[in-house]
Amino acid sequence: MNKLVKLFITSISAITLALVSFTSSFAKVDGEYIVLGSAISLTGKYSSNGVHTQNGYNMAVDRINKMGGVKVGGKSYKFEIIYYDDESNPKRAAQLAERLIKQDGVHYMLGPYSSGLTKAIAPVTEKYKIPMVEANGASRSLFTKGYKYLFAVLSPANQYLEVAIDLAVEKNGGKPVRIAQAFEQDAFSQDVRLGILDAAKRTGSEIIIDDKLPKELNDMAATLAKVKATKPDVLVVSGHTKGALTAIRQISEMKVDVPMLAMTHCDAAKLSKQHGKNSEYALCASQWHKNLSYKDKFFGGGKKYDKDFKKEFGYAPPYQSAESSAALLVFKDAFERANSFDRDKVRDALKDTDMQTFYGNIKFGPGGQNVAKPMILFQVRCKGDTCENKVVAPTKWASDKFYHPIPKWSERG
Amino acid sequence: MDLLIFQAPILMVQASLDGILLGILFALIAYGMALQWGVMNIINIAQGDLVILGGYIAYTMYLVGIHPAWGVIVSPIIMYFVGWALYKLVINKVVDRDLFISILATFGIAIVFQQLMNFVFGADVVVAQSEYGTTMLFDNSVTLPNSKIFAAFISVIYAIGLVIYMKKSRLGRAIRATAQNARAAKILGVDTEKVYAATFGINAALCGVAGALISITLTLHPYVGLPYTVRSFMIVIVAGLGNLPAVAISGMGLGLFEEFADYILGTEFRIGAVFMLLVFILVYRRFKLSKKREYLK
Repeated sequence: MNKLVKLFITSISAITLALVSFTSSFAKVDGEYIVLGSAISLTGKYSSNGVHTQNGYNMAVDRINKMGGVKVGGKSYKFEIIYYDDESNPKRAAQLAERLIKQDGVHYMLGPYSSGLTKAIAPVTEKYKIPMVEANGASRSLFTKGYKYLFAVLSPANQYLEVAIDLAVEKNGGKPVRIAQAFEQDAFSQDVRLGILDAAKRTGSEIIIDDKLPKELNDMAATLAKVKATKPDVLVVSGHTKGALTAIRQISEMKVDVPMLAMTHCDAAKLSKQHGKNSEYALCASQWHKNLSYKDKFFGGGKKYDKDFKKEFGYAPPYQSAESSAALLVFKDAFERANSFDRDKVRDALKDTDMQTFYGNIKFGPGGQNVAKPMILFQVRCKGDTCENKVVAPTKWASDKFYHPIPKWSERG
Repeated sequence: MDLLIFQAPILMVQASLDGILLGILFALIAYGMALQWGVMNIINIAQGDLVILGGYIAYTMYLVGIHPAWGVIVSPIIMYFVGWALYKLVINKVVDRDLFISILATFGIAIVFQQLMNFVFGADVVVAQSEYGTTMLFDNSVTLPNSKIFAAFISVIYAIGLVIYMKKSRLGRAIRATAQNARAAKILGVDTEKVYAATFGINAALCGVAGALISITLTLHPYVGLPYTVRSFMIVIVAGLGNLPAVAISGMGLGLFEEFADYILGTEFRIGAVFMLLVFILVYRRFKLSKKREYLK
């Protein structure tokens, strides 16, 4: 009897174990579904951008599934995403990545929001050899570590404002310019700074103010007083949304006159809405804009994406959503070219990606960064009290002329 | 580059005024902290989060079309009751325990407040516009936002008002008596429980005023409370408890020191420099204290 019970328990455990390994080995492709995993910030300090990212992913999943799904080995599969909330916490994100891979058996990952969290997850996906396509980690250091399974659809951070320096030099008749810059002391902003240093070297320009703003700081008065005293040709500021909002508030209050002001995070900060006319003429780096002429068969072009997104989620898509949608297009393309669910084959297919999406051309460099898509610059322009972002560079997509120099505060209404 | 301030001495005027104006605002927050620290022996880690909540009250008014400057009246009234409720719900359970427990409790409150504000107001950085314009001095070479001048002015008014209230009113006297000797005050008929609740409420109200002022001068975000806690903690450490003029001077002094550190050492060292100063002050104060102890022997 006793033996029988033991045998019974052993066989039950064996079956359970078999079932567990059975389900997990099929979790990557579950019936007609290809299961992707993502840890994403649905609560905590990145929650707004986390939700933009998730909406972008969901929109692309729906669209691809509706339009025939992913064809592998003559069969059509659909995408499905398992989400976990990482609470905007890097440690939690890394744990959840382990959980997605080990417990849920996910074999393909989508990135989280922000460079910091991507940096936390990348070592995990790399360890388990899980291909990850990410859309919201732009820090240059992600692409210099030799990661083999990380692919980013966005341009790296050092490219954000390089174009702005070229533009300043062009407006100065090809002569070098004097640059004042203020960057927050975080990975992303410091990468943007490195890009400016390269551009300054290339153009022979001189950096006359190079302030590194502490993270806790929400007052830039000292930096702006220095700018006022030294009168540079261009002022460059990057410090996430807080930096962008603080800069515009204090530039307008202290009446700092600079011929050109270049920034990051203008649309995430809703600059033109929160500061209205005071933000006019600010030049902003962006990964994407709806007016660009890129096309694909799933979303059409940028304007159609903008319209469809608004219809589904009730607000205009920020670039964080657009690039997240593009990540799924990349995965679909790679699965079909690999024509297999073998992780290494999919990884090799990702490496050879060379395609156009509504978001831009995508081709991965040796570090995994997207090398085929330039950054764009828009300028805030106002008519009466309503302000809009107008694309001014590169010239191929410019819808409006770049307004330069910025009129002095004493001449602005 | 670091010596720009000596090449253009007018920058010294700008730096001094910027430092003093901001310092006064920080001194107001620090005064609330000193008050409840002195009365209840509680170091409130949630101080900065109360400030930010006060700021969001003013920001909400701005969103519905009321000028955010009215926040300096509305926000302290609401925040007084928030503080009072916090005392009744949490603080009175830990007020008789040691300092460590109270730090843990207020740290917990800080986290809850951050998450709640994130939930209600969203994770975006926001600003309220006062449209107060700019004061220009010395042929436009020194520019001061009127919103900062307004903030300093309101802070001074509240501080003076509070000093008078503490001196003249019944509750003020009861608070001071409790701070000096709680047991004696209780024996003489002071309802210390009420005094503690009121003190916590007054501190929260001061945070409310400061928050409303920050919404029109700086930026708001659910997670930026901690720097305000740290700053007011430092001001109190430097100034000592229950001494308003010292708190005001220490607030302005630290503001000035920070601005000049920015020009002379560089922006990346401005906060580090303030912390170095704190270390020196702590060492110096202990030195003085040990001298006193020797004298007592």
